[in-house]
Amino acid sequence: MTEPAKETAVARERNEMATRTTAGRVTRQAPKHWRAHLVLLAGVVVMIYPLVWLVGASFKPESQIFSTLNPFPWHFTLDNYLNGWTATGTSFTVYLSNSAVVALCVVVGNIVSCSLAAYAFARLDFAFRKLWFGLMLGTLMLPFQATMIPQYTIFYKLNWVNTFLPLVVPQFLAFDSFFIFLLVQFIRGIPRQLDEAAAIDGAGHARIFFSVILPLLRPALITTAVLTFIWTFNDFLRQLVYLSDKTRYTVPLGLNSFIDRASGSSYGGMLAMSVVTLVPTVVVFLVSQKRLVDGVANTGIKG
Amino acid sequence: MPTAEPVETVERRPVADAQPSAKRVPDIRRKRGRRRDNRAAYAFLTPWFIGIFGFVLIPMGYSFYLSLTKFDLLSAPRWIGFGNYTALWTDEKFLQSVKVTLEYVAFSVPLKLAAALLVAAALNRGLRALGFYRSIFYLPSLLGASVAVSVMWRQIFSQQGLLNQVLGWFGVRGADWIGDPRFALWTLILLSAWQFGTPMLIFLAGLKQIPKELYEAAELDGAGRIRMFFRITVPMLSPVIFFNLVLETINAFQTFTPAYVVSGGLGGPIDSTMLYTLYLYRKGFSSLQMGYASAMAWVLFAVIGVFTAVYFASSRRWVTYAE
Repeated sequence: MTEPAKETAVARERNEMATRTTAGRVTRQAPKHWRAHLVLLAGVVVMIYPLVWLVGASFKPESQIFSTLNPFPWHFTLDNYLNGWTATGTSFTVYLSNSAVVALCVVVGNIVSCSLAAYAFARLDFAFRKLWFGLMLGTLMLPFQATMIPQYTIFYKLNWVNTFLPLVVPQFLAFDSFFIFLLVQFIRGIPRQLDEAAAIDGAGHARIFFSVILPLLRPALITTAVLTFIWTFNDFLRQLVYLSDKTRYTVPLGLNSFIDRASGSSYGGMLAMSVVTLVPTVVVFLVSQKRLVDGVANTGIKG
Repeated sequence: MPTAEPVETVERRPVADAQPSAKRVPDIRRKRGRRRDNRAAYAFLTPWFIGIFGFVLIPMGYSFYLSLTKFDLLSAPRWIGFGNYTALWTDEKFLQSVKVTLEYVAFSVPLKLAAALLVAAALNRGLRALGFYRSIFYLPSLLGASVAVSVMWRQIFSQQGLLNQVLGWFGVRGADWIGDPRFALWTLILLSAWQFGTPMLIFLAGLKQIPKELYEAAELDGAGRIRMFFRITVPMLSPVIFFNLVLETINAFQTFTPAYVVSGGLGGPIDSTMLYTLYLYRKGFSSLQMGYASAMAWVLFAVIGVFTAVYFASSRRWVTYAE
């Protein structure tokens, strides 16, 4: 919202107010847009209530979880967390550390490989550039399911199934073209004169990439890192396909094993662990929300 | 232009940067030959090339070959021609999964986009606390794909769940939403609509690009708010609507996690939540019919391709690009 536009809109509304209250007595300034705020706040409550309820329920004794709408626990208890942490037979510590390892590796892989590819697509002039770029854009629309089976058979033959390698290695080979696209868009916004000045000073492409582009790319790299982390941490299908041993389970799989076993028995533990698995995403979101929101707005994002 | 559609940017780029570099710098490009960056470019792209061939193109080809075979991972694939494809048409469960998926896409995408557009339009009026609203509405999009949210959803819509308690307040006795085949898919559709945050952010960025003068002029002409929305906002925003529509449709076809978690991996009750990808997963990894599953993957790929093509073809009629 540009400031001047906002001013005029507000001013116009004030004029309207003034003409309507012709009684001469200037009444208290009506709160601006109060109806819009009312509707939006109602929306916020509806949107957020399930999450608030989930958090509240995780601190309630088992018997009260479904007996009251009040999201806040009257009898505060940590039992759900203590029981839930080990209820699936393997500790959530294991799941969390597995997820952390996978997510961090994928973050590094995406940042390195996607920024290299993005530099080439955004700045370099090479044979078949259009063809390859089009191919890269095409894979943006390629569903994971389209290559899931053959990829699995390849990793199966490599004996990589039930390790983290199938989740991590492709990301070191710029598999997630979405981030290439995001970084290409960002690099195009960096003035070319900077590269050219460096080139005149005798810098090669490696030098230009590391000393000129990468430092300026930092905001986009942070967006990449944050989104990669969140998506990997919450990714389910791939981890479901590749990991079968409980000691290798990541957070989504650990949580899912509640559903297999606890049909009916321990809702409390399941809800508590759901909260645990949401915490990293929420924390990352809170820390980086401004950048994330702008990043999404400026590239158009899947998800 | 924040959300230029990919294709457009490709074509625009050479025009955009050819002029300045040609003028300001004494034409390094020409002197060393036209494709001066070949070696560097292919070096930078090495990981990407290995990835695109190793994990996309070759697997796609291999997948097509597998789709023409009977393959259970343990023994060698056995050639059966188009047997898998013809078998699809007589597979009741497959047809059911197609029906369920089309229903899911047909309702969840418009619902999500409508919510996104309405909220974005409401937020784009110079409201205070815009940042707060934006963040809150966006949060479900980030969390939505997680197993935890699907678990939560299961509890909300179960027989004694949150929703039925709210209804009970008003004296309405709610159904078993998850357990009733009439409603189960709708809980998934609602879950998808709940995550309207991402398209909302993209709409917001688009709305900011619409010149305010248009609204001022329309107001002078006596147009009401609703009329302005349909006559100015929607047409001006149509490229962004198009972009979101394509993206969300592709995403909707790939929905897996909520269907798996809410139905406990089975797609029930009586296959009412058997989304396409869930059936594909079950065929490939539960019954190890990998040839069959590969055929399904190719059909999905083709269907998404057709949808995208239809969107692009229709876009000429309703998407207006500003000059």
